[in-house]
Amino acid sequence: MDSFFEFFSFSDPNIRYVVIGSLLLTSSSAIVGTFTFLKKKALVGDAVAHAVLPGVCLSFILSGEKSPIILIIGAFLTGWLSLVLIDIITAKSKLKEDTAIGLILSVFFGIGIFMLTIIQKSGNASQTGLDQFLFGKAASLVGFDLIVFAVIAVILIVSVWLFFKELTLLAFDEEFAVTLGLPVRAIELLLTTLTVLAVVVGIQAVGVVLMAAMLITPAAAARFWTHNITTMIWLAAIFGSLSGLAGAYISYIAPSMPTGPWIVVVISTIAFISFFLAPGRGILYRVKTQRRIKKQINDENILKALYHLGEEGKKFYEKRTLQEILSKRKFEPQALKSGLKRLRSDGYLKNENGYWSFTRAGKRKGQRTVKLHRLWELYLTQYLRIAPDHVHDDADTIEHILTPELEARLEKLLNYPKVDPHQSEIPYG
Amino acid sequence: MHALQIILTGSIVAISCGLLGCYLILRRMAMVGDAISHAVLPGIVIAFLLTGARDSATMVIGAGILGVLTTFLIEFFHKKGRLQTDASIGVTFTWLFAIGVILISAFAGKVDLDQDCVLYGEIAYVPLDLWITESGLIMGPRVLYTTGAVLVVILIFILFGYKELFLTTFDPAYASAIGISTALWHYLLMGAVSITTVASFEAVGAILVVALLIAPPATAYLLTENFKFMLVTTVALGILVSFSGYYIAVWLDGSIAGAMASVAGILFGMAFLFAPGSGIIIKVIRR
Repeated sequence: MDSFFEFFSFSDPNIRYVVIGSLLLTSSSAIVGTFTFLKKKALVGDAVAHAVLPGVCLSFILSGEKSPIILIIGAFLTGWLSLVLIDIITAKSKLKEDTAIGLILSVFFGIGIFMLTIIQKSGNASQTGLDQFLFGKAASLVGFDLIVFAVIAVILIVSVWLFFKELTLLAFDEEFAVTLGLPVRAIELLLTTLTVLAVVVGIQAVGVVLMAAMLITPAAAARFWTHNITTMIWLAAIFGSLSGLAGAYISYIAPSMPTGPWIVVVISTIAFISFFLAPGRGILYRVKTQRRIKKQINDENILKALYHLGEEGKKFYEKRTLQEILSKRKFEPQALKSGLKRLRSDGYLKNENGYWSFTRAGKRKGQRTVKLHRLWELYLTQYLRIAPDHVHDDADTIEHILTPELEARLEKLLNYPKVDPHQSEIPYG
Repeated sequence: MHALQIILTGSIVAISCGLLGCYLILRRMAMVGDAISHAVLPGIVIAFLLTGARDSATMVIGAGILGVLTTFLIEFFHKKGRLQTDASIGVTFTWLFAIGVILISAFAGKVDLDQDCVLYGEIAYVPLDLWITESGLIMGPRVLYTTGAVLVVILIFILFGYKELFLTTFDPAYASAIGISTALWHYLLMGAVSITTVASFEAVGAILVVALLIAPPATAYLLTENFKFMLVTTVALGILVSFSGYYIAVWLDGSIAGAMASVAGILFGMAFLFAPGSGIIIKVIRR
């Protein structure tokens, strides 16, 4: 616990630098990643991340030192090359994009590993730490290196801010951007460059292998909370920063641990929480909504069956048995029982000694469902020229969805018809 | 003798991966294969912790479970969460791989695995790790047996399920019309990919196995239109990759698995440029 307070008081200047570094690295790659994600290029980011390794190794072999600027140039070049090759392979051969991505990713990484093992065996003393590119070590980023990467991170954030409108257009509606006369190729080039740069800084924090997570996961998590791209970018940046902070803390308390995987586990946890619990798009919310709608449909169908029974001889408030209801429509026994129970507590039905009958509100609701069904059947036959024997199923679905406004418009459009295509009466009032 | 054992292991791994890779790239599932190869890592480590040894059977089970779980999660997030497929793949496999690496670091003392092995395997040590029976009889390299057994399983799988795999790959609608379950064969294939990845793990690591899954089949695909011929070409390429990869690695003193992946890439590049019919340089010359 002591180390916890020591770390989060940020009194030690070293800790301060590490924290600032991790926050910048993770949030800048998360911000650029939002556009990569929206452009559905998430796995391309993965390929770039792997392809950076041979660049790093090659520039080390050529220069013999570990200067961050030289390594960044090397990484940038092979990262770019990988993207160009993926495009060429996809365009000029029958191979699909996913094969091209997987191929370039693994082959570039293989070449990188081959070079790395040669360097490691060469006995060059300054090579130690080169393998930190593999799994990342945000905490080891100090001094000049920190300044260089911080500057690139800031450049990334500023570029996104400056070209926000163009990047957004490209992500959502490329064709519209073309018609506006925007230089789409140039913006695409910008996004690619930003992605490669984001990978180059991001691998400092999480390493080559897991870099894809830093681009994709914050954006994927943010997507579940909002429909607004500005909010999404902020959320992605915050989620990214949180994981970066956690990573810095973990490398402080457990220096032997690789930081990258921990950052990825933290950001993935945030993402899974978002996937399940986010209101609106979250999986649990969706399941709940689906259940609610299913119940509503089931209940309306029960009311409809009772109304159909009542239509025979106009005895709407007659008491009915379960068998009678089932004779009008098939229900799962369990669904019928729970539906009837719900309808009684909602005041639509009465139950006396096992016999079920409408209340006034229940009759009105059943009647409305039947009316909507018949109005829709009529609409389909009159306006879409569908044969009368083909309209039932469609009407059976839409009757639960039509709003009072649409109901009014349908009535007006069809001029308050008396009967549906099957000559059944359309009930009003 | 050692060289032969290493090349043989490399070839076996390359053949198993390549055969399955043919189906993966034709089903547009190359990246799912990539995801599985990363995601089986925690399964391997947990199996290691449970048995305390490189017990092949437990590992295969552990990885098989993880592999199928990965495919399931990817589909779950895609269908239930409506997350786009590429993001669904990316989120799932990075998460599982990260857990695997953390487990390795946390149990560094107890698990005879390290990050290097994860990245590029230990094929150079294959001849040193011998299978010795209780009576003291030396049977030869242990990894050779495990990878060999998996190759046999894969061959049986492809031979006996040839029609089903072929139809579900090329014409899933027709396949389901004549009563072949596409879902079943999908999961069987994913299971096979998981098992192969695990068996290849010790030899070439979790990431370079992807190169063997994708590069030789992609190369073969450029060379032929005939599926059976594509499988045969893939096998030949696998052996070639293993053979030349080994000698290049020895020559330059680097990782054998890394060299194998590099050679696989070079062979693809040559096919891409010079393949009769589809190579882009050939096309230019013809024009």
